[in-house]
Amino acid sequence: MSADRREWPLYEVFVRGKRGLNHVHVGSLHAPDDTMALRHARDVYTRRNEGVSIWVVRADAITASSPDEKDPLFGPNGDKVYRHPTFYDIPDDVPHM
Amino acid sequence: MTTIPAEPDLQAAFDATIDRHDRIEPRDWMPDAYRKTLVRQIAQHAHSEIIGMQPEGNWIGRAPSLRRKAILLAKVQDEAGHGLYLYSACETLGVSRAELTELLLSGRQKYSSIFNYPTLSYADVGTIGWLVDGAAICNQVPLCRTSYGPYGRAMIRICKEESFHQRQGYELLMTMMRGTDEQRAMVQESVNRFWWPVLMMFGPPDAQSPNSAQSMAWGIKRNSNDELRQKFVDMTVPQAEALGVTLPDPGLRWNEERGHYDFGEPDWQEFAAVIRGDGPCNAQRLAHRRAAHEEGAWVREAATAFAAREAALRDSR
Repeated sequence: MSADRREWPLYEVFVRGKRGLNHVHVGSLHAPDDTMALRHARDVYTRRNEGVSIWVVRADAITASSPDEKDPLFGPNGDKVYRHPTFYDIPDDVPHM
Repeated sequence: MTTIPAEPDLQAAFDATIDRHDRIEPRDWMPDAYRKTLVRQIAQHAHSEIIGMQPEGNWIGRAPSLRRKAILLAKVQDEAGHGLYLYSACETLGVSRAELTELLLSGRQKYSSIFNYPTLSYADVGTIGWLVDGAAICNQVPLCRTSYGPYGRAMIRICKEESFHQRQGYELLMTMMRGTDEQRAMVQESVNRFWWPVLMMFGPPDAQSPNSAQSMAWGIKRNSNDELRQKFVDMTVPQAEALGVTLPDPGLRWNEERGHYDFGEPDWQEFAAVIRGDGPCNAQRLAHRRAAHEEGAWVREAATAFAAREAALRDSR
């Protein structure tokens, strides 16, 4: 196997669309290092002014919840309806509520 | 303690997600056949974008003005970008980029038959934008709602950009149609050559497309080949009239009863031959792709070596 057949690491790309917005995940790419990942991200994901800032993060540095554990992980807030404003009955004629 | 759910439960959860028209995400359990079908379809789609750079790339050096050259460069660059979005989506299914590249270069995976036709005149750049990208849009818009999340998200990005591709092509042809008789003849000749191969882009008729039903049940495909082909013809006829060209099909006429255009049957033997590898440019397209890959090897190797040296320097500090 020649040297170039070794896969470059996978990076996840996040773009801030404009000032005031969060960075949002837009996709992924392979690059040999962080600097090249940023350059490739510019070319692949922001050819039309889609962003004012880019983050690239190596995919293997991300810790994610497992889809199989969805119920136990998010379960604790399932029965806490009082965390939502609609839980509370306020008469319609009370202003600014 | 986490227990591993039994396969029937996993299948039921998968089916329920599909039935809700919800999306399957990379780390979800999915049937092997679903994964396999997606890998094949997304890879074929990615390869098409990459090979699709060649027919138009053929004219970059001979574009008639700086404006047209800049537009064509941007368009071909977009095709590369689309290929990369799709390869990334495909890799979330557990296949590596190196494998996908190898499958294309060895000819074991296919790409769209349309890119095996040559671009003989500059008008072909316009015709490809108008008809080939128009057909691609027809195919791709419903795929934005495909059941596999990463594929749908890639399609959304691609569809946004395809609109530029189609409009630049149509505008190019409009400009030529306002030119000399010779230029108008070039446009007509180009449309005549591309019309039938473009109709083939939607795939074989539904009755001869055995995998379609399963793909539709899985929500990978949202419309049948024949439905999309009809939709494309209905959209395109008025565009051809506005442009002032004819479409080379004596059977093409409005059917009041159906509310659609009737049209003729593409030559499915020709389609089969092109898929088999016997189209006008199959060998040339793959040879060019292989050469580009090999000639780029030193760049990939240099970047890898540079990254390794920088990492070693960092570690030693």
